[in-house]
Amino acid sequence: MNLTLKIWRQKSPSSKGEMKTYPVKDISEDMSFLEMMDVLNEELINKGEEPVAFDHDCREGICGMCSMYINGEPHGPDRAVTTCQLHMRKFNDGDTIHIEPWRANAFPVLKDLVVDRSSFDRVIQAGGYVSVNTSGNSQDANAIPIPKENADLAFDAATCIGCGACVAACKNASAMLFVSAKVSQLSLLPQGEVEAKDRVLNMIDQMDDEGFGNCTNTGACAIECPKEISLDNIARMNREYLSASVSK
Amino acid sequence: MSTLDSKIPEGPVADKWTNHKNHINVVNPANKRLIDVIVVGSGLAGASASASLAEMGYNVKTFCFQDSPRRAHSIAAQGGINAAKNYQNDGDSTYRLFYDTVKGGDYRAREANVYRLAEVSASIIDQCVAQGVPFAREYGGLLDNRSFGGVLVSRTFYAKGQTGQQLLLGAYSAMSRQINKGKVTMYNRHEMLDLVLVDGKARGIIARNLVTGELERHSAHAVVLATGGYGNVFYLSTNAMGSNVTAAWRAHRRGAYFANPCYTQIHPTCIPRSGDYQSKLTLMSESLRNDGRIWVPKHKKDVEAIRSGKLKPTDLKENDRDYYLERRYPAFGNLVPRDVASRAAKERCDAGFGVNKTGEAVYLDFTAAIMRYGSEKAHTSHIHNPTDAQIRELGEKVIENKYGNLFQIYEKITDDNPYKTPMMIYPAVHYTMGGLWVDYNLMTTIPGCYAAGEANFSDHGANRLGASALMQGLADGYFVLPYTIGDFLADDIRTGEISTESPEFEATEKDVKDRLEALINNKGSKSVDHFHKRLGKVMWDKVGMARKTEGLKEAMAEIKQMREEFYKDVFVPGTVDEFNPELEKAARVADFLELGELFAKDALDRNESCGGHFREESQTEEGEAKRDDVNFAFVSAWEWTGNPSESNLHKEDLKFENIELKQRSYK
Repeated sequence: MNLTLKIWRQKSPSSKGEMKTYPVKDISEDMSFLEMMDVLNEELINKGEEPVAFDHDCREGICGMCSMYINGEPHGPDRAVTTCQLHMRKFNDGDTIHIEPWRANAFPVLKDLVVDRSSFDRVIQAGGYVSVNTSGNSQDANAIPIPKENADLAFDAATCIGCGACVAACKNASAMLFVSAKVSQLSLLPQGEVEAKDRVLNMIDQMDDEGFGNCTNTGACAIECPKEISLDNIARMNREYLSASVSK
Repeated sequence: MSTLDSKIPEGPVADKWTNHKNHINVVNPANKRLIDVIVVGSGLAGASASASLAEMGYNVKTFCFQDSPRRAHSIAAQGGINAAKNYQNDGDSTYRLFYDTVKGGDYRAREANVYRLAEVSASIIDQCVAQGVPFAREYGGLLDNRSFGGVLVSRTFYAKGQTGQQLLLGAYSAMSRQINKGKVTMYNRHEMLDLVLVDGKARGIIARNLVTGELERHSAHAVVLATGGYGNVFYLSTNAMGSNVTAAWRAHRRGAYFANPCYTQIHPTCIPRSGDYQSKLTLMSESLRNDGRIWVPKHKKDVEAIRSGKLKPTDLKENDRDYYLERRYPAFGNLVPRDVASRAAKERCDAGFGVNKTGEAVYLDFTAAIMRYGSEKAHTSHIHNPTDAQIRELGEKVIENKYGNLFQIYEKITDDNPYKTPMMIYPAVHYTMGGLWVDYNLMTTIPGCYAAGEANFSDHGANRLGASALMQGLADGYFVLPYTIGDFLADDIRTGEISTESPEFEATEKDVKDRLEALINNKGSKSVDHFHKRLGKVMWDKVGMARKTEGLKEAMAEIKQMREEFYKDVFVPGTVDEFNPELEKAARVADFLELGELFAKDALDRNESCGGHFREESQTEEGEAKRDDVNFAFVSAWEWTGNPSESNLHKEDLKFENIELKQRSYK
């Protein structure tokens, strides 16, 4: 198929960016979206032009690095996929495709489609862990049985890949889905319960400091989430936060 | 040729690790605060080492080229992690895990290291559960296990098909806690481009800030390389796009010996390639072989009908299918080790039984498991006389619960529904057992330079068993390196901070700068990918699943010639002083072009078949790999001399005191 791409080009964090138009030809419908971008970049390089910078690494939907805002949706039109798992069969011959970086104050653009998501790391550093040191003598892994239902819910929350699609999808650029996934995972497990109160307060403080917006319950984040993290996690975090705020 | 000192402790194998820990030097807690350690890489080995070293008191600086340490490619490991917990009461033990791993590695691993790995495996699971890693559980609330290839017990712990992700996020969270405390300084989007030696010891690195392009000098008293494997020398592999050999290769060029480069794992169950534009291959976890049966049609006419779309695989009768693994290996069936399963798939496809257009695919079929689970479920749900459709529906739910995310990945990539029609799979490059040579303390031949996880060569011999990579990465990072590194650092308690203003740092930085500028100023006519793809093709065709003298010699000559062409004709756009992904790739491919040649040389030198290394000249009458223990029971450790083809070979003889050397059989 032949396509017209309109892509955000921005030389550096401080420079002014603009949308530029690139035609691409003979794209196979079995290609992934990023392989289509590879084709474009190879052409640009062969013409002596600078290729489009974009983040990507595992190309199997798990590292969370790829991050394109395609036709107004993070990771494009398909559901439950990252950009690297989006395939060109979701598009039609002759389509015009708009490709932008994540847009959020807390995710400044570094170049073209590449943004800086270290704010997510700092939110985790504020409390997204259980404070146990490495030890060959921690108690046996089966010492505390955990109801399967809770273990499964914790796992579902823990599958968040930290890509930032939730923030990009949100009109307020809120990180509630991301933060609540980690808070939920640890509050659902007995190992995480001990520090649950400090954790939720510290992580939310950090989230606010980073400049993420507020949550107004539109639910766009959960729809666009490639790992289908549920809105229930936000409810759970709000409950944790409220109870921690009144008892601290 | 010299003999290498592996520093294996004295005593019976079961006591070696305990004795060693009791006798090595220890740095007292107050002095640890005076010592800096650099960790390169933030995967399972790097993140767990960073966290543990920082908890002990060392000042740690950790580097990753990705935008966050959580992206390291350990995240993509799917199936599970082994541990000798014996929770299933199937007779598992440290010895049995040790035995399986040595045998699975086709008797080319170091006994003492493997025993230690098996010994600490149980602690890994305890540690991860304490961190809040949500492993799969049974209804009673206890941890669930599954089986993996090459073993007869159930010792694999898992979190659906995302075990690597969950373990990595556990290690990442432990490291994040230390970053919060200021004990780990994290450098995201930084790539190590050289190792700095001062007085013969590893004392720092030159790293490039990938956002600004600036070269930075970082010093420490020791450097840990946890930089993963080099499977991307094949261009197409299951590795992440950024996975590369540069950190290890640069250490090699500075004096670290590179061990067994030719030991590569070709994983049997990957999604087949679909076209020339393909950028990477996607793995389907080995855990699927617990429930999937592998087959091709028995008759050529059916193969042709399937390829041309006239026949659906689901319409082929049982009698007309060849479940070739079950046929050839009745004892292990579909759960033979990876190298065996891969070669068997290649054998069928080479014989013309491949089931897709390219002729390079076999079926992985879940129908039997779906129906079996479905009947069980109908029974426990008290559904009497269920219809086949009901059973199928119930069974599909069970399968979804176990492997849902893998089935979803498959469907997204191929547009086929694997619940309804069998998956198509084919082997692909997945893991490299070779790597930097290390002694029992995980130290390379450069004093103070350590290698952990996939970056070292030590534990998997010539073939890694499934679910053992995660085990080794975390064993090295949590439980081995934090102790053994103290033996070296104990001499440095009075050294004080290492200055980066020395001539050594200056000279190394200049080397890196010249290298990068040469690439940018080359202004040739071909892209970096052009060379990478060509290198990959030579590697796959001549140094891939089957290797022979003639092809290996050709590969060495072709790669050498390609390297010369690369330096004459590569085009790298942009400048050195900016965010420049093409420049990053160019520097990595330049190193792959050297490694590739050494890789072929090593494969040529090892004139035996063992594990993943299959020399056509060395096979049994039935076409199985034939080892030569008289001439090749050693580790090949190569010393850099300025040219890959002239590298010096050093041998470490492998002594088997606890396990009898036998021709591997999974029949």
